[in-house]
Amino acid sequence: MDFSLNEDQKAILEMVEEVCEKEFAPKSDEISEKEEFPFQNVKKLAELDLFGITIPEEYGGSGMGFLTWALISEKISKACATTGLIFGANLLCTYPLLAFGTENQKKEFLPPLAQGKSLGAFALTEPEAGSDAGNVQTTAEKDKDGYTLNGNKIFITNGEVADTYVVIANMDKKRGARGMTAFIVQKGREGFTFGQHFKKMGLGALPNVELIFDNCKVPMENLLYKEKRGFRVAMKTFAAGRIGVGIGALGVAEAAFEKAREYSKQRIQFGKPISSFEAVQHMLADMATKIEAARSLLYQAAWLFDKGKPFEKLASMGKLYASETAMQVATKAVQIFGGYGYMKDYPVERYMREAKLFEIIEGTSEIQRGIIANLLLKE
Amino acid sequence: MEIIVCIKQVPDTEELNKVKINPETRTLVREGIKNIINPFDENALEEALRLKEKIGGRVTVLSMGPPQAEASLRKALAMGVDKAVLLSDKSFAGADTLATSYTLSMGIKKLEKFDLILSGKQAVDGDTAQVGPGIAEWLNLPQITYARKIEVNRNKVRVERTMEDSFELIEAPLPSLITVTKEINEPRYPSLKGVLRARREKIIIWGAKDLETDKKRIGLDGSATQVIKIFTPPPPPGGEIISGETPEIAETLIKKLKERKII
Repeated sequence: MDFSLNEDQKAILEMVEEVCEKEFAPKSDEISEKEEFPFQNVKKLAELDLFGITIPEEYGGSGMGFLTWALISEKISKACATTGLIFGANLLCTYPLLAFGTENQKKEFLPPLAQGKSLGAFALTEPEAGSDAGNVQTTAEKDKDGYTLNGNKIFITNGEVADTYVVIANMDKKRGARGMTAFIVQKGREGFTFGQHFKKMGLGALPNVELIFDNCKVPMENLLYKEKRGFRVAMKTFAAGRIGVGIGALGVAEAAFEKAREYSKQRIQFGKPISSFEAVQHMLADMATKIEAARSLLYQAAWLFDKGKPFEKLASMGKLYASETAMQVATKAVQIFGGYGYMKDYPVERYMREAKLFEIIEGTSEIQRGIIANLLLKE
Repeated sequence: MEIIVCIKQVPDTEELNKVKINPETRTLVREGIKNIINPFDENALEEALRLKEKIGGRVTVLSMGPPQAEASLRKALAMGVDKAVLLSDKSFAGADTLATSYTLSMGIKKLEKFDLILSGKQAVDGDTAQVGPGIAEWLNLPQITYARKIEVNRNKVRVERTMEDSFELIEAPLPSLITVTKEINEPRYPSLKGVLRARREKIIIWGAKDLETDKKRIGLDGSATQVIKIFTPPPPPGGEIISGETPEIAETLIKKLKERKII
């Protein structure tokens, strides 16, 4: 295993770091406070060609692999978790297109996504299909012209702002997960509209939206992979997506840790900086150790992915560990800030609210433990 | 249109407080300090790229400096310039603005074809604002400084030149040299593809022999000014704090101001 960065990666990261420091980080408080979608940040990511990192050159990307994506996404998430999640949700659309799409589908849908001209989203979650991802109630009926979709999706990240959606519907509810089928649905199709914009504990600028399919016609050529094999598409997408979500959590943890470290050196109590007290030092040491461990798990998962090796177990471990680390680190950061930490004047209370999301999305911590146990008991 | 942009590598403005002075060599100690493209020169690069995007042509970036200045040229390539040239030679060291502008003008002569030369209004380290105009003088070109807007129309250039509380509208023939202010544009960040392309691009390095420079005009020998002493100014003396109740403070303050004939 070798995570040492090559010269290309170093040069790219330097560029990304500059943009994150100068553009994304300074605006992250305001974005969260106003709960407005950060169009400027998305535009910047597009100008920098960052949406196409994992997409091969023939489809308009730069074909650089998942580890490079992870390194970049980590920086973005550290500067602005909202922007990091928009960036990550896009991958949940480009990845299944790349892994399961036909040549024509890739040629049609990937270039605008790679160039950031359009955003992508992935839609499975429904009121009755959360952790029980096989319980999708949205239906797809086939006729001679194509498919007709009916049903509602909820909490869909990048909903409404995205142009390209990978949607999971059921062609045979009696068969449950074995009836599930994936479709590519473009915004603007008749019968495809948007409903509720969900209000959240944190990350208010990240769109999580209801998608409504009311006799939405989808042509034959928009079937992604095979009929009734959509569960496989979803599971593969989630597995890869877990690395992305873990990286987002890692970014939040790093941001919270750095703020706490700086504050502990400046805050004077009993005539000394609080960083000179062992109680605070031990908190900082634990925070940093967990962050390093989470990073190693996630980089390893991304590295396995790039090598074409089984990465699912490490991806779940990384997601589980990074999201729980983010929650713990953010909570400790608030503790180190004390009363100020609970105030909205400092960003650490925001990190704490943001961190919670990561323990839930892309499979809760409990689901991750189930996946890990399932995989390791098969070994 | 062929545009040449002259840039300087300077210590990162955010790290300027960390820059120390070496009293022996009378220069700045640059080790361990992050270097960047002089911010005003980045505006010049951006303007050149915008002009190229609008009317076509090529942009060449030119700098004089030590080998590590290559990093700044690479960033310019990543931003989208077509060609990068570094004038680097031990004999160029210690140059003041006169010797620097001479050396850069020799580099420009070797590049031959150009319609427009751009640079920032000044460098944030030396703050002289002399090198741009100096180049124009060596090349016998019209010069317009402090540009906040540039429009190219066939073989003429129309420039808004920033004044204290107004601007001058100036027209000049091409080729000309223009120095730009910060307000002219917002420089772009290099894109991922730009960064990768820049890493594979070759940077041309020319020394004194390549430029056929006059020995008496380069480096320390070619400098009309010599730094005799360089020092950090002592901090200004601390002020006086008047304390007490507000009316009392006001009275004391007025008395003191009157004593010093300020009011």
